[in-house]
Amino acid sequence: MVQERILPKLSIPPVQISREDGLKVYEDMVLGRTFEDKCAEMYYRGRMFGFVHLYNGQEAVSSGVIRAMRSDDYVCSTYRDHVHALSAGVPPRQVMAELFGKATGCSKGRGGSMHLFSSEHNLLGGFAFVAEGIPVALGAAFQSKYRRVALGDDTADQVTACFFGDGASNNGQFFECLNMAALWKLPILFVVENNKWAIGMAHDRATSHPEIYRKASAFGMVGVEVDGMDVMAVRAVAQEAVARARAGEGPTLIEALTYRFRGHSLADPDELRPKDEKENWFSRDPIKGFEAYLIEQNLAKTEELKDIQRKIQATVDEAVEFAEQSPDPDPSELYRYIFTEEGDR
Amino acid sequence: MAEVLLFNALRAAIDEEMAHDPTVMVMGEDVGHYGGSYKVTKGLCKKYGDFRVLDTPIAENSFTGMAVGAAMTGLKPIIEGMNMGFLLLAFNQIANNAMLRYTSGGNFSVPIVVRGPGGVGKQLGAEHSQRLEAYFQAVPGLKIVACSTPYNAKGLLKSAIRDPNPVLFFEHVLLYNLKEEIPDGEYYLPLDKAEVVRPGKDVTILTYSRMRHHVLQAVKPLVEQGFDPEVIDLLSLKPFDLETIGASIKKTHRVLIVEECMKTAGIGAELIASISENFFDELDGPVVRLSSQDIPTPYNGALENLTIVQPAQIVAMVQQMVAQKV
Repeated sequence: MVQERILPKLSIPPVQISREDGLKVYEDMVLGRTFEDKCAEMYYRGRMFGFVHLYNGQEAVSSGVIRAMRSDDYVCSTYRDHVHALSAGVPPRQVMAELFGKATGCSKGRGGSMHLFSSEHNLLGGFAFVAEGIPVALGAAFQSKYRRVALGDDTADQVTACFFGDGASNNGQFFECLNMAALWKLPILFVVENNKWAIGMAHDRATSHPEIYRKASAFGMVGVEVDGMDVMAVRAVAQEAVARARAGEGPTLIEALTYRFRGHSLADPDELRPKDEKENWFSRDPIKGFEAYLIEQNLAKTEELKDIQRKIQATVDEAVEFAEQSPDPDPSELYRYIFTEEGDR
Repeated sequence: MAEVLLFNALRAAIDEEMAHDPTVMVMGEDVGHYGGSYKVTKGLCKKYGDFRVLDTPIAENSFTGMAVGAAMTGLKPIIEGMNMGFLLLAFNQIANNAMLRYTSGGNFSVPIVVRGPGGVGKQLGAEHSQRLEAYFQAVPGLKIVACSTPYNAKGLLKSAIRDPNPVLFFEHVLLYNLKEEIPDGEYYLPLDKAEVVRPGKDVTILTYSRMRHHVLQAVKPLVEQGFDPEVIDLLSLKPFDLETIGASIKKTHRVLIVEECMKTAGIGAELIASISENFFDELDGPVVRLSSQDIPTPYNGALENLTIVQPAQIVAMVQQMVAQKV
């Protein structure tokens, strides 16, 4: 049996969730899973190309954090960005169309799987080099604080959630940005999705100290570890971190212990992860766990959850149909978007 | 009109734009309390506060990325590279993310200015003598500008700050104390226009930044000897102002490029390609390049002088080109 880190007990009292919010979070998680399964199908059928990194297994992190935020907050992601985009509110049809390279995609077919953007939903991207999104997220958080401090805008209390993986936590940009965020007390959540593997590099082989959340202490920052397979636990620590950030009390480093249920990308043969490790984590499926919670708490009935699954399946099928029927970008617009145009901000 | 030092012209540009637009801010190493290593931002943090003139830790890649994120969400950051060479450490954020307007399908613009001292100084050693303009010219979505006088420094920097796209703005470490009379009021110069510094008919000399002044030193004896060179300061290194360049070539039919970047894959290399593509039939001979040597800049003063182009070389080359009708 693979030695796993002992999962932390929730140090804050278990939060209550309303039936309405609970079903919304559940729907978001199901959307993430269903969407990604559809992506795998479409990739193998030759409908999407390039590197496609799926999020299966990590849904509790995206839904737990982003669904604890406001719609005017900012989200910054990595190359594994489909589900963050969906949680941030980007319509599934726009994400699917982007993966198909269509003009109706959220990045107009210029970005692809690893470069999803939506200014309307404050989704700052899709950054494909490991850790390079962290400074960009820091900039959005700086901007919120700048508006408050330098421009005297008291309504500028937006918080930024910056997602990245365990691999990024060994990169200089991670440490540099933690320093600046703590130094200036910026309203940002650094969310490390520790899924234990950076492609084929096991986290324990890449870092001198595997408990990433502890690295916050070097910067005098709050660092918390949380069971990334438990959406209610993630939601609880996210809510606390968001409140801290919004109150002007600075950043939080959240390390969510999670696991990807598929390879690094759809091109990864996934030969290095031990079978027993995978099975151990598969048995902790965050969606099944949350289903059990909702039923146990009398927040939903099995049949209602099945209805949601059916509804989401229809949404995802419709997204594929939309993507299929959407036009490719106009070749005459090859150069469009290099520079700003008349009427842009 | 008042006589102004180049670094003060730059400061006036930043000061005026910060006064106009509260989203304009400066960030970089020692830009605030210290006033900038060449005093371009001196006094601005007293006037605008620590947040608008932000002293950053020494973390070039991260604070450049931070500027990108701030620009995407509505601010207009001016990043000072304490030395433009340090921006090698920020190459990823500039090359990948300053251009993300395209990748994002127009979702986000990145109105940043990255400015600071470039060029070869006086015995600063190899690392402080990097010339990055050539390294960055291949990055799509960037505008690249090199100022050379107090007048153009101010007008170009003000336009760069107003531009909604990312602009790399090169100053020269040896030109900060250049003095010139400039207009008292505010003015803006276009970012994509070259300047005809001296009209002439024998040969077109294309140059930029400090080499403009080496060329002008060379022009003096050349004119006394009866030569009539036309001198063009490119100002815009990307895109090139092919209209001004072409009009000159149609007149002189000969081109000499004088540049401080290295010869291989330099600004001149791209210029020659553009001239060849657009004005080949107008040329009476091959375009000639005088560039820095393809070596790390040596510390020794005599060797350093041998590394960059000197006025005497320009004189000799013009004499040769015109006499031989090259």
